[in-house]
Amino acid sequence: MFDVQKVRRDFPILNQPHPSQKPLIYLDSAASSQKPAAVIEAMNHYYQAQNANVHRGIHYLSDEATNVYEGARKKIADFIRSPAPEQIIFTRNATEALNLIAYTWARVNLNPGDEILTTAMEHHANVVPWQMAAEMTGATVRFLPITADGHLDLAQLDQYLTRKTKLFTFTAVSNVLGTINPVEKLVEKARAVGAITVIDAAQSVPHAPVDVQAINCDLLVFSSHKMLGPTGIGVLYGKREILESMPPFMGGGDMIRRVTSQGSTWNELPYKFEAGTPPIAEAVGLGAAVDYLNQLGMDNVHHHEQSITAYALESLSEVPDLHILGPKAAHERGGLVAFDLKGIHPHDVAQILDDDGIAIRAGHHCAMPLHKEHLGLNSSARASFYVHTSTDEIDMLVRSLYRARRLFRLA
Amino acid sequence: MSTEMYREQILDLYENPLNYGELEARDFSYEEDNPLCGDVIRIDVRLDEEGRVAEVNWSGDGCAISQAAASLLTDHIKGMTLDEIKGLESSVILDLLGIPLSMARVKCATLSLKVLKAGAYGIPSPDEMRKNPGE
Repeated sequence: MFDVQKVRRDFPILNQPHPSQKPLIYLDSAASSQKPAAVIEAMNHYYQAQNANVHRGIHYLSDEATNVYEGARKKIADFIRSPAPEQIIFTRNATEALNLIAYTWARVNLNPGDEILTTAMEHHANVVPWQMAAEMTGATVRFLPITADGHLDLAQLDQYLTRKTKLFTFTAVSNVLGTINPVEKLVEKARAVGAITVIDAAQSVPHAPVDVQAINCDLLVFSSHKMLGPTGIGVLYGKREILESMPPFMGGGDMIRRVTSQGSTWNELPYKFEAGTPPIAEAVGLGAAVDYLNQLGMDNVHHHEQSITAYALESLSEVPDLHILGPKAAHERGGLVAFDLKGIHPHDVAQILDDDGIAIRAGHHCAMPLHKEHLGLNSSARASFYVHTSTDEIDMLVRSLYRARRLFRLA
Repeated sequence: MSTEMYREQILDLYENPLNYGELEARDFSYEEDNPLCGDVIRIDVRLDEEGRVAEVNWSGDGCAISQAAASLLTDHIKGMTLDEIKGLESSVILDLLGIPLSMARVKCATLSLKVLKAGAYGIPSPDEMRKNPGE
């Protein structure tokens, strides 16, 4: 049984004083998650007892640092069912992982006339690198439209995903609409036209079990800081043959096999893509986050968020003039609800909620094309949920939204 | 904080903005968005023969703070020369608003001033630069 009160005690920040003199209600995990004590302690312990550079020294500490760094890689590989740890590349974040693909795979494989297919519901991180890759290669970027109820428009997929498409990239879960996309089906369709698939899993890996072998995608990226881990580290998973075919991203130490003044040869996976001293303490922290999530059980995490989302959808729909973005059914959504409250700008909503200790996101959530071109909004407010979110907190959110309406003389 | 921030005057200006709309006859017009929130503000200015602001209108979409600031700023600059506008500092807006603001909200408050000054300096807008690259 998932005991949210017990989980809450694991998060030191939830018990810190807030300027509002009220308990913190953190509803912004989709932007960045809070960290359980186990993660903070693992990173502290690393710096206090294990710190050195990796893959270099003979001495005890270097060996220890290498062991914990590679141990973290193994944990993450197991967490997403990667066939082997060397198919897990550490990057700075999901954004860097997507840029890595754009600068390596896309740069050598795309030609004028080729198409990159992304979707209308992507985060800027899954739009801009492809626009840049298109500029470098002469390829074009196309956007698969969405339907009025916030799903990818699969009826139009065959018009967009064609033999010209060399790379199809999409989010597993929309960070604005909450839509859970049918990733396996999309991968299969891409495979049928010979396109490789890239999945932005930044909003799915933290919240539900993910099995990269079952999905059968070529490449998949996610960020540590959205899954209870530290900032400064992200993950690129790839099929071995794709990763091996890709040229390196950055040059430097650790990524080479041999360097002469005439040239260099590349190290094996995963080191080919990890130039320079990597984020070692961050990897340790991410490993501890994975341990923590495994302890809770990802099925339980998913069920908890589904029930909170269902509760939030129902509670929020009672607020007058509040329009919820995305699919109406909770089971079609990840753990977040973005909305538009008529008569109050999202910034003002967020400001008033902050008085009640409630942290939500206001803005375009790094999805300007979605907001401006598809939703007809400049911005929206978003409450996002995680393992520590309780129904009491949703009640407080709703109460605070009523207060915002009164303050703005709308009720 | 927000009970102080959303004083009557701010909410009144949000509901009934001053100098709202676009000017047909204008000496300059400038539009820019706040990349943080996607809000857009446009300011149109017409100068008199002495080079002072004869008429000024603003339009756009944004939060109560940015909207109230735009109303107050456009009222404040009537009769000013371009040089006077170029010399305006962000403290002017904060004084006009007279409410406590966090770092993030200062950006909302000063968006209209940024737009106005860019217009006064004759800087091409981001949209114009996209349309005419290399110019």
